[in-house]
Amino acid sequence: MPGRSGGLLDIIRWRYLLKLLVRTGVTTRYRNSVLGWTWSYVRPAAQFLVFWLVMGVFMRLEHGIPSYAVYLFSGIIGINLFSEGFGNATRSIVGNAPLVRKVYLPRQLFAVSAVLVSFVHFLPQLGLLLVVCIVLGWIVNITIWNVLAIVAAVVILMMVAFGLGLFFGAVNVRFRDAENIVELLLMLVTWASPVLYAWTMVRDVFPAWLTTVYLLNPITTAVELLHFAFWVPVTSEGIAQAGYEINPDLGWQTGTALLIGLLTILLGQVVFRRLEGRFAQDL
Amino acid sequence: MSTSTATQPSIIIDNVHKSFTLHHGHSLKDVVVSWIRGRKTSSTFEALKGIDVTIGEGDSVAILGYNGSGKSTLLKLLSGVMSPDGGRVLTRGRVAGLIEVGAGFHPELSGRENVFLNAAILGMKQHEIEARYDEIVEFAEIGEFIDQEVKHYSSGMFMRLAFSVAIHVDVDILLVDEILSVGDAPFRAKCRAKFDELIAAGKTLVIVSHDMEMVRELCTRGIVIQRGELKFDGPVERAIEVMNQS
Repeated sequence: MPGRSGGLLDIIRWRYLLKLLVRTGVTTRYRNSVLGWTWSYVRPAAQFLVFWLVMGVFMRLEHGIPSYAVYLFSGIIGINLFSEGFGNATRSIVGNAPLVRKVYLPRQLFAVSAVLVSFVHFLPQLGLLLVVCIVLGWIVNITIWNVLAIVAAVVILMMVAFGLGLFFGAVNVRFRDAENIVELLLMLVTWASPVLYAWTMVRDVFPAWLTTVYLLNPITTAVELLHFAFWVPVTSEGIAQAGYEINPDLGWQTGTALLIGLLTILLGQVVFRRLEGRFAQDL
Repeated sequence: MSTSTATQPSIIIDNVHKSFTLHHGHSLKDVVVSWIRGRKTSSTFEALKGIDVTIGEGDSVAILGYNGSGKSTLLKLLSGVMSPDGGRVLTRGRVAGLIEVGAGFHPELSGRENVFLNAAILGMKQHEIEARYDEIVEFAEIGEFIDQEVKHYSSGMFMRLAFSVAIHVDVDILLVDEILSVGDAPFRAKCRAKFDELIAAGKTLVIVSHDMEMVRELCTRGIVIQRGELKFDGPVERAIEVMNQS
């Protein structure tokens, strides 16, 4: 029976094409630009500078949070990974319209490759952060938990980005509103997680139940994990003084966030596979 | 080559229906306005109204019909790009379509990279592509330009390379949609020879074309579709006659 999709299993069968799609996505991104991959550093650097100057210096958050620069940057790279993966996955089906209309191939591949490409672009930023942290003495203070936290954060971010990307990517074929909704969500995501501020500030203001809701956001968990991985080892002694504490439930939250990530993928799968049959005629 | 369908069927099209919903308004405003005025926001168009065809292994079949008769829709159902609304489409073995060659080409990549990318899109495995690579490039007559970016290719070179990739995919069923207009006369002759080779190798061929001359040479059986209905199914000569009468 032609055109029947095997869902995620197809990805394994078509892994060679996936590899090529990812490579194409990575290599063509900076074609014909003089600075090329430098842009992968320039963009987050500029973003970081603005936030640091406005939030850290002008609004004096720097005094509340020790090593604010590291705090800020470790959160930003997580958000960047998520935004890029989610945004690209959403546009991946419409962006590959000529192929989707004419050739049958598992359409999920486009979303998967979009998320993987965003991971590749995450690496230079991660490298930059690592260099800064090592200069600040990070390597001396790390344990296996810090490394695991990085892995968990990346996995959570990519799972949620993929799941939501599938959902909105499928809806986007028929209703281009999806693209705008996603843009709106991506604008909010930086502020809905403790990237620029500390989560304790939220806890102190919000009622308990609202704080729980706030902390349920898997992106928040991922950002907190990144803080735990990079910022905490760098600032270990300053944290208590500043009145900050690591969320004691971070371990539980990681589990919950992974579960939410899984559910997001499941939701994305169901919606995607239901709409997939109509892609060719709706595009 | 055989005209009989006594061999096991490789394609079964069983009472297939396909209709398209045409949306007249997309925005909320359009929908609300037409709702107030009591108009429908969409209408359906029946592209295929119950087609029954069985194609045996090794057959080469031409699908004939005027523009808009549903030929291309039928091919898309066979390739799996679309799914039927009613009835069943069954295919045996690997299906590949020479439908709009070059859809998967990326202008920023070199010819070489595009060969691999496109062959993979058409479902080939890495080792298969590597084994066929030289053959593909030679057939396309691209020569030293293979390492150039595809955007610098002439349109003829582009089409030749795309076609060459598609025709070298290892398939059991090949769907061809009006593409023999590719390239100059010598290249067309080469393509035709390649088709003969595929037919001799026992592949199933389904061709949609308006080029009666080519259809006559390649196919043994013709199917005429008119406004989504099967009008004739039989020897290709008769099918062409039916086409010309209508």
